[in-house]
Amino acid sequence: MLVLLFILFGAMAIGCALAVVAQRNPLYSAISLIGVFVSLACLYVMLAAPFIAAVQVIVYAGAIMVLVVFVIMLLNVEEEEHRRPRLRFLVPTAVVLAGVMIAEVAFILVTVQQSPAIPGSSTSDVGLTQSIGSALFTRYLLPFEITSILLLMAIVGAMTLARRGGLIQPRDQAKRD
Amino acid sequence: MDTQTVIDILLKFVAITVAFVVVLFVVAYTVLAERRVLGFIQGRLGPNRVGPGGLLQPFADLLKFILKEDIVPDKSTRFVYFLAPVIATMAALMTMIVYPFGPEIRIPFTDIVIPLVVAHFDIGLLYVLGVTSVGVYGIMLAGWSSNNKYSLMGGLRASSQMISYELALGLSLIGVILLAGTLDLAQIVELQSGWHGFRWFIFFHPLGFVIYLIAAIAETNRVPFDLPEAETELVAGFHTEYSAMKFALFFLAEYINMFTVSMLATTLFLGGWNVPFAEDIFGRGTFLFGLVSAIGFLLKVIFFLFLYIWLRGTLPRFRFDQLMNFGWKILLPFALLSIFITATLIFLFPNLF
Amino acid sequence: MEPQLSWYLALSAVLFTIGMAGVIIKRNVIAMFMCIELMLNAVNLTFVAFASFFHDVTGQLFVFIVMTVAAAEAAVGLGIIIAIFRNRETLDVDEASILKL
Repeated sequence: MLVLLFILFGAMAIGCALAVVAQRNPLYSAISLIGVFVSLACLYVMLAAPFIAAVQVIVYAGAIMVLVVFVIMLLNVEEEEHRRPRLRFLVPTAVVLAGVMIAEVAFILVTVQQSPAIPGSSTSDVGLTQSIGSALFTRYLLPFEITSILLLMAIVGAMTLARRGGLIQPRDQAKRD
Repeated sequence: MDTQTVIDILLKFVAITVAFVVVLFVVAYTVLAERRVLGFIQGRLGPNRVGPGGLLQPFADLLKFILKEDIVPDKSTRFVYFLAPVIATMAALMTMIVYPFGPEIRIPFTDIVIPLVVAHFDIGLLYVLGVTSVGVYGIMLAGWSSNNKYSLMGGLRASSQMISYELALGLSLIGVILLAGTLDLAQIVELQSGWHGFRWFIFFHPLGFVIYLIAAIAETNRVPFDLPEAETELVAGFHTEYSAMKFALFFLAEYINMFTVSMLATTLFLGGWNVPFAEDIFGRGTFLFGLVSAIGFLLKVIFFLFLYIWLRGTLPRFRFDQLMNFGWKILLPFALLSIFITATLIFLFPNLF
Repeated sequence: MEPQLSWYLALSAVLFTIGMAGVIIKRNVIAMFMCIELMLNAVNLTFVAFASFFHDVTGQLFVFIVMTVAAAEAAVGLGIIIAIFRNRETLDVDEASILKL
């Protein structure tokens, strides 16, 4: 039963990931990426991490991708045209490199499978909100506080960059100066 | 896969179907109730021709939507155009499964105990917030894919309004999580029983309740926050180019969102299925107690729906910049203040909570 | 028969590789950004798989922090993209071949 669910969600994740790369219209890429996030959230639930799954949907699919789709709509991004002949070699290069990487990872995984140090997976209770909360506020308090300062930096940085008359001038305004 | 798992899955399907049917009926009659109550507020009668007192009006509306011509604009992006109402309705319906409609009911003369919640998991509240976040996509993609400047503006405005007020909504709920100590909705309702109704969280977190209500009205794009879809602004906003069944799906999604938000308010603030003196009269675990609790829950939800309709009939609407100003500069600081107040109260009087 | 740890790691590796290929192939800077997010998610899957199989909550906490960093990076990155778009009026990274604005 779990194997069927794993194959289902895994296939959905890989299919949507391939669609992200293969689609030429960036809005369709964004929608496929939302599909990847949702299938990953289902996989997290299978791995007994329900809190992380909910946070994945809220943060990634519900906030970050909303921002990306907003930017795509605001900038009115069109489809990609065919690239120049000078750079046509990039697609086969990428495919070959991807094949090399998958071969390396497969080698590692096969040897790990043969080593005796893999514990079994029973239903674990590490993923409950309570254990995450207690660990976050006691043992990992410093990363938590640093992350909050990081978010503050991101807010200030994004506002500075996107302000009109800010750091980077629009082209006609730069020509006027 | 043994038979017990298969039977469990089939029972879950039956439970989901029952929940959806109940929701769709309530929503269909909410549409009728809105038209009649608005009529009474405005000094006229609402629709009262179809059936006795207009009670068959939803079926007439459904028939109209099915039989209308389905117009698809020529230059729209077809896949996204068809996907958008599906996402909106799916996100609206998916939150239905975590609400406890009542305590466990024991069917009389048998030993079968049915819990009145479809899915009981320990992150219920986060699940609701997550699915509500995904519901924004339906509106954004609808505005974009109609290939219409006014739809795009309406879609962008509606979605930016929704994501702004989601923050205040989530923050006002943190006070409830502090009071309850759990994210599980069934547990939260259990914790509000006792003291004959004075343990409801609205008495401990009243500012949060008001903020939640305002943020919820903004989330569902209702008056006074319904600028993106009002008839006098931007034609009809993001669903200008939708006709017949797809428009019916958007319409349905809006009313189901209203219903969802009312159910969440009832569960978190008004004690869910706790009716004040039902425990003393009937005793827990009996069939009558379950029935009275479920009816009490529905009555509280209907009160919130009536509040929505009442607000629609009486208030004018905000301008868009006033709306965003209110959401970010006034509501968000007050939500943070409410968390602060509740946390201080819990810290100072730990045995009261 | 349950899904083994190596299955989850293999899925994560495949997703990471697809993201990496996407960063090389795509020309639109927003699409490249989305492939980077795909790579981050593949790493998240690895962390959560290890956290589940070794019964340690550290993996999930790290995922939490990675998600926060990804959100911050998304905000700032898209701010940069909007600012550069206002200046160059194109989102093609092949066109951004000179340092002058």
